[in-house]
Amino acid sequence: MSLIDLTITELHEGFKKKQFTSTEVTKAYLEHIKAIDPKIGAYLLVTEELALGQAEAADKIIATQENFPMLMGVPCSIKDAILVEGQKATSASKILENYFAPYDATVITKLKKQGAVILGKTNLDEFAMGASTENSAYKVSKNPHDLTRVAGGSSGGSAASVSAKSAVFSLGSDTGGSIRLPASFCGVVGLKPTYGAVSRSGLMALASSLDQIGPFAKTVEDCKIIFQAISGNDALDATSADYNFKDSVINLKGLKIGIPKEYFAKGLDPEVEKIINHTTEKAKEAGAKIIPISLPNLQYAVATYYITLTSEASSNLARYDGIKYGFSKEAENLSQVYTKTRGEGFGSEPKRRIMLGTYSLSSGYYDAYYKKAQQVRELIKQDFSKAFKKVDVIFSPVAPSPAFKVGEKASDPLAMYLVDIYTVSVNLAGIPAISLPAGKIGGLPIGLQIIGNHFEENKVLAVAELMEKML
Amino acid sequence: MLSKEEVLHIAKLARLELTEDETHKMQKDLSAILGYFDLLKKAKVPKVSKAKHSNILKNVGIKKVTRVDKAMPQVASLANNLVASAPDKQDNYVKVKSIL
Repeated sequence: MSLIDLTITELHEGFKKKQFTSTEVTKAYLEHIKAIDPKIGAYLLVTEELALGQAEAADKIIATQENFPMLMGVPCSIKDAILVEGQKATSASKILENYFAPYDATVITKLKKQGAVILGKTNLDEFAMGASTENSAYKVSKNPHDLTRVAGGSSGGSAASVSAKSAVFSLGSDTGGSIRLPASFCGVVGLKPTYGAVSRSGLMALASSLDQIGPFAKTVEDCKIIFQAISGNDALDATSADYNFKDSVINLKGLKIGIPKEYFAKGLDPEVEKIINHTTEKAKEAGAKIIPISLPNLQYAVATYYITLTSEASSNLARYDGIKYGFSKEAENLSQVYTKTRGEGFGSEPKRRIMLGTYSLSSGYYDAYYKKAQQVRELIKQDFSKAFKKVDVIFSPVAPSPAFKVGEKASDPLAMYLVDIYTVSVNLAGIPAISLPAGKIGGLPIGLQIIGNHFEENKVLAVAELMEKML
Repeated sequence: MLSKEEVLHIAKLARLELTEDETHKMQKDLSAILGYFDLLKKAKVPKVSKAKHSNILKNVGIKKVTRVDKAMPQVASLANNLVASAPDKQDNYVKVKSIL
């Protein structure tokens, strides 16, 4: 077994027993990245100097202290929408091509406090807008299981880096499925926490009522370790909750698992359905109660989500105007600086979404689009509230199909939006969900989505850990 | 389909310069996506005056807290880093073209 196969828990044990050093592990990762990343394209930037410095510092602590944090000396990758002080942060946009992060995101401060090693910044769809990383202004991240296919998005580089053993774990962000979808496509574990569970200070905002930072890892246990490290209240994020994660022991026996019938309707690949049904069977054999439930407003989820997202994004992206940071286009007057900078700096997907959001919020259309979407969002949230009165967790697919071919949906924005059908309602309701590798179709991984109620990450993670052992 | 004028009006509101090609493609793409959004017309929400407007913080149970109106101590390098990020600056100020 090579150093890059080890999980966080295994590395921690190895460090304790002085079997290897963090510098050795970090160097093994950097070499592997050099060898394999030109083919995969998970990284936009490899921070070799930073990583080796952090590894050396971690080794000093490991050598002298008996007890140290779980993430001490563990190499990870970070989605390029999250700020790491002094390093480039582009969000895969040309408008931030030469932008250096002026401070650390709160999640980075927390990782650094634990002694984690940052290997680099990973690729994404520009400003996290997409489901495949094909909207990145720099490159497409390929699926390590099949290089002709996408890694998923928007945190595709993060998922691919963990899947290709180019990082032990990664941090991404999930606005409508951006952690769960690439985790499903790349065959790794990805957790989207409850809205407010993890501080978003230092994450470039896409849609503020939906965005949430979360981990990618090789195992559920690793995911839990990272979530524990990054969650909790933060004075720098007014939407962060006073929340302390507590691990809990859960038995599948008697556990009530809801199966929403609307998630198994038209549009779902029958092979994916078979894999999800298989997981349900396994849970049933272990004593879980399978309860059919209904989430009737699922049909409106994608439309509700994209109206909400584009509206919020059109406002959030107003800050990229050529004045405070990034690219700036010379022009005669201030107004032209704005329009020309934005016209040249943004790629086509951000432009499309800014236009859609501006339209939805504009006079004469606000009631029919934005306001209606907020009312339907409430209905979607109520669907889940009702469901969680009857069940502990919900099982569903993450995506209607395995990873698609690079280029397959690139020219049809609406087809790309519909990939998010099973993930967006979780963000609209603000609840947590995990993507767990559940099987493969012709070598391509398929994720099981386990959804929980607000701040019940303990249940989601415990159930995922039990399922992981059986699948 | 959205007219060229409508697209240009929205682009103006959004402070976006679009090329001729982009404008044309935007007419097509926006029309298709807005057409899909019309699905929400079918959704039955309680009468407008009574319909609840979704509030994510309330839904999740996060209390809105306004922080004390006091300067938080910051390292000196932060202000320098922030000004350094600006494309145009002078004497530790961000430079902007005249507005009037």
